[in-house]
Amino acid sequence: MRFLMTTTAGDPPDETMMTEMGRLVEELSRSGVLLATGGLDQAGTRVTATDGKVALTDGPFTEAKEAILSFALIDARSKEEAVELAKRFWQVARNGTGMIQQVYGPE
Amino acid sequence: MTVPEAHRAVDAVWRLESARIIAGLARIVRDIDLAEDLAQDAMVAALRQWPESGIPPNPGAWLMATAKHQAIDRLRRNERLQHNIGQLARDLRADQETAVFDSPPEFEAALDEDAVQDDLLRLMFVACHPVLSAEARVALTLRLLGGLTTDEIARAFLAAEPTIAQRIVRAKRTLASKQLPFEIPPAGERAARLASVLEVIYLVFNEGYTATAGEDWARPELCYEALRLGRMLAELSPADPEAHGLVALMEIQSSRLKARLGPDGEPVPLLEQNRGQWDQLLIRRGFAALLRAERLGRPAGSYVVQAAIAACHARAREAGDTDWPSIAALYEILTRITPTPVVELNRAVAVGMAFGPARGLDVADALTSQPQLRSYHLLPSVRADFLAKLGRREEARAEYERAAALTRNARERAVLLRRAAACAPAQA
Repeated sequence: MRFLMTTTAGDPPDETMMTEMGRLVEELSRSGVLLATGGLDQAGTRVTATDGKVALTDGPFTEAKEAILSFALIDARSKEEAVELAKRFWQVARNGTGMIQQVYGPE
Repeated sequence: MTVPEAHRAVDAVWRLESARIIAGLARIVRDIDLAEDLAQDAMVAALRQWPESGIPPNPGAWLMATAKHQAIDRLRRNERLQHNIGQLARDLRADQETAVFDSPPEFEAALDEDAVQDDLLRLMFVACHPVLSAEARVALTLRLLGGLTTDEIARAFLAAEPTIAQRIVRAKRTLASKQLPFEIPPAGERAARLASVLEVIYLVFNEGYTATAGEDWARPELCYEALRLGRMLAELSPADPEAHGLVALMEIQSSRLKARLGPDGEPVPLLEQNRGQWDQLLIRRGFAALLRAERLGRPAGSYVVQAAIAACHARAREAGDTDWPSIAALYEILTRITPTPVVELNRAVAVGMAFGPARGLDVADALTSQPQLRSYHLLPSVRADFLAKLGRREEARAEYERAAALTRNARERAVLLRRAAACAPAQA
């Protein structure tokens, strides 16, 4: 099963956190649990679609409600395992909010 | 949290941590059965305490420390293992000094990671010891390193639960009775012992990838379990190209899991699969693993070559883009490493695709006298394909029917019988 973990708020990372996060990312990547990860450009482009036609607006957006800061796509055998992995991430990131969502698709 | 919630959380932690815990305990008590018992006792303690106290911040460390405490008690009562108490006490003192219950993850990582890696590798080698039968090694590995329950292993292998339970008990007893050193094999034995581990992992993978009997074609969960084990091994043993080769092979084969089954669950041959359904993430991982193997600069082993063949297929956007001459050349290398009739048969297919059905049939015909292939349905099936392409329809039909009679997989039988019927000459 795959899960998308995202962060929507968090402390700006300091050097210690970056090193520690780097280590965790490496460890989880090598064991095949972490499939993809990255931080997201907070400017970005908003898309509004009507009847198949898109309107684009370039960010950044002042009302940054629930903007995604970063993501990690993980492979886990159960929701509980995903939660355990999320905990390890947050032990490093310390403060913030985010989501864990199962990705439907190839099992 | 509720008890069922705690139970599920403990299960998840167990799956993530049990191998490390058992491996660490096994190093100390030098007895796999006892190590597993102690680890499970700790899990029982967790099930009792965590619903009230909540899941600790570092559940793996909590379980390990609990297991070690319980180990001391057990060892005191068992004089034979008395000498290990000293080691355990030293371990526990070291844990207390680093306040294992509250320590931030980085302390754990810095102090214990190398020891854990060694312990895990040791456990893999022991669980896959060649003195055990292949089935015993598979069951023991899935249990100790995969953290699967006996019931889960039984269901995965379509066996009865008591059968697997017995198999595991006997395997542990054999290991104990042979008094095998609980060590990573010395350099001289390394390649052979590693081959044994790789064999186990690939057996698990294949069980998930293809069923040889009955109605189901694939059991994907076993594939992912094997992938986990393989990836773990490649990390623990990064200087062994065959470990990376096996991982590469499994990643790439796994990338096709969704495309292998048609809408009614029918098997779809590789060349007819919808490549848009191939998982590119896994293919990328496969290429990366293959690269790691090749960078080690050693002569290619069997898994590396098989992975290279899989990579050739993965690279082709459409079946028609497949680089068959390269695949045929790779199979030639493979037949030199593992000169089995099955590999030669695969080479026949590649030669046929690269240089025409007549050349392919030549290679396949040379195998018809091989006794090992007498009941192997793929030989007549491959010959049938060549004969059909050469317009020798009556012979092709006969071979398809022979293949259909030999296969134990109901769905594959259906496919072969359809091909036989399609060979029937047009109505006069």
